[in-house]
Amino acid sequence: MNDTLRIDLSIIQNWITEKSRVLDLGCGDGTLLRLLMDNKKVLGYGLEIDADEITQCIRKGVNVVEQDLNTGLSNFKDNSFDTVIMTQALQIMHRPDLVLDEMLRVGKECIVTFPNFANWHARLYLILRGRMPVTKQLTYQWYDTPNIHFCTVKDFEVLCHEKNIYIMDRKVVAQRFPDHLLKDLAPNSFAETAIYHLSKNH
Amino acid sequence: MPKTFPDNSVGLVVPQLMQFSEPLMLACGRELNNYQLAYETYGQLNANRSNAVLICHALSSNHHAAGYHEGDEKPGWWDACIGPGKPIDTQRFFVVCANNIGGCHGSTGPSSINPATGKPWGPDFPPLRARDWVHAQARLGDKLGIHQWAAIVGGSLGGMQAMRWSLEYPEKLRHCVVIASAMKLTAQNIAFNEIARNAIRSDPDFHQGNYAEYNTIPKRGLTLARMIGHVTYLSDDLMGRKFGRELRSGNFQQGSYNPVEFEVESYLHYQGDKFSEVFDANTYILITRILDYFDLAREYDDDPVKAFSQALCQFLVISFTTDWRFAPERSREITDALIAAGKDVCYAEIDAPQGHDAFLLPIERYLSLFAAYMQRVADEVSI
Repeated sequence: MNDTLRIDLSIIQNWITEKSRVLDLGCGDGTLLRLLMDNKKVLGYGLEIDADEITQCIRKGVNVVEQDLNTGLSNFKDNSFDTVIMTQALQIMHRPDLVLDEMLRVGKECIVTFPNFANWHARLYLILRGRMPVTKQLTYQWYDTPNIHFCTVKDFEVLCHEKNIYIMDRKVVAQRFPDHLLKDLAPNSFAETAIYHLSKNH
Repeated sequence: MPKTFPDNSVGLVVPQLMQFSEPLMLACGRELNNYQLAYETYGQLNANRSNAVLICHALSSNHHAAGYHEGDEKPGWWDACIGPGKPIDTQRFFVVCANNIGGCHGSTGPSSINPATGKPWGPDFPPLRARDWVHAQARLGDKLGIHQWAAIVGGSLGGMQAMRWSLEYPEKLRHCVVIASAMKLTAQNIAFNEIARNAIRSDPDFHQGNYAEYNTIPKRGLTLARMIGHVTYLSDDLMGRKFGRELRSGNFQQGSYNPVEFEVESYLHYQGDKFSEVFDANTYILITRILDYFDLAREYDDDPVKAFSQALCQFLVISFTTDWRFAPERSREITDALIAAGKDVCYAEIDAPQGHDAFLLPIERYLSLFAAYMQRVADEVSI
């Protein structure tokens, strides 16, 4: 998990412009924003609702704002950020589609990462055991998981197409064998984490 | 006074006085000559004078923010947050808190003698604005040799002063901590203040504010003003939990001949009485007016983003869920404006049942978050 995280953070970093304005939705302990502040000199803000994570951000000197993403981003103006990021949180939202709309309204560009539910480990788990997958990446039971809207790489791209969202770039991450060898050939089956760079279609 | 002070107390403190002979030009256009400020300090100013923290007090408090005065049973009003190992750690910071001008605890105010008449100012004391306080505090800072405050911190009306500081003297503070505050009062808030003022004015002992000449004080009016205030500083929920519907005497069938029947009444009377003995009525009217008139962005085309664009410091904004006098929404407005202005800001909404009073209380999450922020400030300014 940790290694995957490092890879997805470094991919995100490459898509961020120096000294740009960044909003990180569900910023956790502020690791990504701290990285972007140090390496890209961004003016970054994170939104978070977990009390301990908020304190961690404050310790790191990361701008953090206590705000529930499910209540929307109506307090931010259109295009008020260069990039709006959401890592591994889309599947927790009540309405991921509306969150995406809001991200693209507030940000000129967006970066979204999520766990790919169509990874073959999850598929096999469900087929062979007949139970909701509990994997290294998705460690929760069905009844206590915060992940209420799982999607696959394919699902996400269908949604982008329907919403006329432009996919500027896509990277997929997988660390296990053989997934890391096959992830780019068949991302829907082998990607563990998908990372998208999006913008409004003009 | 406790025989021994707790380890995390600043201990015995002695208030100090600073005299100012240079006239202070006030927002109203009048000048205040020869005024004095009562203040306290805790901790040590470091060699490069970079570790000073200014505490701005709210409506009813004063310079006695922490520790104990000789003979006192209870510590200063913000002892929960100031002391060794506390969020504003006096082992790392040099903390200054001054009674504002217009106050009634040692600084020049309505109960001081007006040099022009030889009598107390009373109701003739010039009307003040928060910026007047800020300018007076800035002069105190100059006299104490503080070129830049590591942080300026305030709750409620204190938060308003801290924000005003960030616009009036942007380069003189590194951090601004705004707790349970607002960029301006709502109409409902002004309404509560006016009820309190009217309570004071309708006391026959008020004598249009000239009660000193009649050798009396409008005790009933002040008591009532404070009672109204207290209801609004607490939440419905907390009052329910704290007092419920418990009777102090008598029973539900017949009531009681005792004028104080419910526990909550007893609490309000106690708070009101206590307050009326230590607070000046003219000061109460003067300061509630400062609250009412405070409007951070008024001179910036009513645009908070334009206002905060002046600021150079970083901000911490904190609100409390059940505070309905300075509701979390007001703090979110501050935060949103700061973000839009491109300023560094952290915002937390503390889940607490205590209403507006929460900012004075040792609430675990509040203290740890506040401490985390202040530790960063301390690390930044320590050599």
